[in-house]
This record gives sequence, structure tokens and C-alpha cells, in this order.
Amino acid sequence: MISIQNLSFSYRKNKPLFEGLDLNLEAGYIYGLLGKNGAGKSSLLKQMAGLLFPQGGVCKVMGYEARYRQPDFLRNLFMVPEEFYLPQVRINNYVKAYAPFYPDFSNTSFREYLEEFQIPTDQRLTEMSYGQKKKVLISFALATNTKALIMDEPTNGLDIPSKSQFRKVIAAAVSEEKCIVISTHQVRDLDNLIDNIVIIDNHKIIFRQDVDAVNDKLSFKTVSNVEDAGSVLYANSSLRGHAVVTENTDKEQSRIDMEMLFNAVLEQPERISKIFN
Amino acid sequence: MEFKESQAIYLQIADHLCEQILLDKWKPDDRIPSVRELAVQLEVNPNTVMRTCEYLQQYDIIYNKRGIGYFVSENASKKIIQLKKERFLANELPQFFRNMYLLDMELDELKPHYEKYKKSNFK
Repeated sequence: MISIQNLSFSYRKNKPLFEGLDLNLEAGYIYGLLGKNGAGKSSLLKQMAGLLFPQGGVCKVMGYEARYRQPDFLRNLFMVPEEFYLPQVRINNYVKAYAPFYPDFSNTSFREYLEEFQIPTDQRLTEMSYGQKKKVLISFALATNTKALIMDEPTNGLDIPSKSQFRKVIAAAVSEEKCIVISTHQVRDLDNLIDNIVIIDNHKIIFRQDVDAVNDKLSFKTVSNVEDAGSVLYANSSLRGHAVVTENTDKEQSRIDMEMLFNAVLEQPERISKIFN
Repeated sequence: MEFKESQAIYLQIADHLCEQILLDKWKPDDRIPSVRELAVQLEVNPNTVMRTCEYLQQYDIIYNKRGIGYFVSENASKKIIQLKKERFLANELPQFFRNMYLLDMELDELKPHYEKYKKSNFK
């Protein structure tokens, strides 16, 4: 669905952001894109959406090179950016203006999503709070039924109840034809939704595994003594004991802690990639 | 449903579904909610629920009718109890025994507590 090969890109000379970056994403999954601030998460998503162009290599979505932004490509991709602009119109007029670009747009599902998010439909978009606008945009994005759905920090600015609503609507939106890519720092908001973890660091994708593989290979637990835990990849100490990531040696499958996984991958990229290969 | 920290999510969902069967909310040959319905309700990825269903199918707790969905097997309760017992003996009991040992307790001491617990919760 999304295929990036040997991508290089930089905003400034001699300061490469991506170098020889490869990434393949398939339909039917929700990919969680994780990375430190400035690692290039948003820039990578913009490459996929054709909003930034590769300086080397190619970025293809559904076979179309994203940079050419052909109509058939644009019809089948929607991106919810972190910062966005909505015009000063009511929801109905917004739909009238933008929905025709998306042949599979469903007004019924759009209304259902708005209702789930409890958004009043008679207000002007500019009179809404940031969180409400974001919910309108997320609802619209899901209702377009595009094959590729890209969201940059979608839970930023959402209040506590709407995070649960967000998880419900995303869980409902997953289908075998759809590829959903979500970048996030708030992994706790989404950890049960993401089924593939992609970590970007040092100009490259340094980790890309599905949660089944992570369950098989790594173990997440809290121990009272770090020495007893075997070969520890990452440890974090608190009052309750030491939360550790270790290699999974005893076939027990533990719940993945994505923050711990992220820290482990950044600290021990070589050991982790050895375990997975 | 509240997810705990220790166990993989798909196993926690399996426990949750088994509980519905043990509590007789779902009876043999009842259709259980679809993968999608469960995913939305539990706010998890449908692929995770799919994994749960495959796991339960492997233990003959539910069965699949192609294109229709998953149904509760005839002897589901029996099989769940057997599976749960195995897992309880292997995973939870050692920890429990360890605490008993540290507190210098004997099994006899527990009996009145257990009787009282049964009375107040399940009568």
C-alpha cells in the first residue's frame, strides 16, 4: 500500500533528516509511528501525503508516486495534520465543498462519528474549540473511506472522554482494504489499537514489528530485583519495583508497554534487531 | 473492561469472553458478538480480537461458521475450567504459595476464609 524506498530528504544542506530510509506498509493494519521530537515523524507522513518531495528515492502510495499528487492518489488518501485550518463555514457547507473530492465519502457515517464525538452540527467551524475542530476533521477523515488514512498526533488536544470515543471510531474503521498510519507521543492513548509499531530515529526506520512478534520475542514485567530478570534490555525503577524489558525466554506473553519498548529500542537498537532477526 | 498490566491483551480479552460463558450469559451454540463489535466495545484493534478468537477456537471453546461468525461450543464451560485450572496452577499459584510461605501460613488457616468468601460472594 505504502512503499518508501531509499528515501533521502533534508530541510537544510548537510543536515539530513532521512537517509536511505525504507518502509513498507500494508492494508489491514494500524501502524503506530513513534519517534523523538524532531526525528521526522511529521515529515515522513507529509512525504506519504505528497506534501513534501523526496530528494532521493521514491515514496509510492497504491502505486502512485506521492509527489505527483495525481487525482486517483488524492481521492484515496486523507491526512489529518497536527496543525490544520478549517474555513469559517458550518459543517454542512464544509461537507458540500470537500466531500465531492472523495467518491467513497459516506454522509451517514460522518453524522454517526459526529454524534459519537458529541459535536453540535449547527456551529461555524471557526467558533469551535481546537478539540472540537479536531473531532470534526477526524470524523470527516474517517467518513471519506480513503484507502490510506494518515493521522499526525490525532489525540493531541482531545479531552479524556473523547480519547475513548476516538479508540471506538478507529476500531470500527479498520478494514482489510485500509491502511491507517498514526504518529503519536501519547502511546498510552492508543496502545491497544496499534498492531504494528514503527520507530524512526537517526534518519532511518530502526524498528518495525507487529505486536504478535513483540509478544513472542520480548517480555515486559515488574520485578523486585533487576538481577533476577535475566538479560535486561531496559529498566525503569519506581516504588513498585523495576519495570523491565527482557528477551522473552519462557513463552509467557506479557502486555506490551509501548513506552518501555520505545526506550528499549532507542537504547539498544543492535541487541533488539538481533533478537528480531 | 479494565485492562490489567501483566498479560497480553489478546489473552485478557480471552478471559473476558470466557467469563461471559462461565456466567451463562452466552450459552452453547449462541453466536458471540462479531470481531468488529467486540473491538469497538473494548476499544482495541480488531486484529487483536481476531487473535483471541483463534486462540479460543484452538481450545474448542468457540467454533467458526464461515461467513456467519463465532459460536459457543457445546462443552465450552468444561474446557474453559480445564484451561483456567492449568493456567492458575502454573501462573498464579506459585506466587500465592510464596506469599503464604513468607507469612508462615498453613493451608488449614485458609479454609474458613475461603468458606466465608464463597458465602458472601456467591450465595
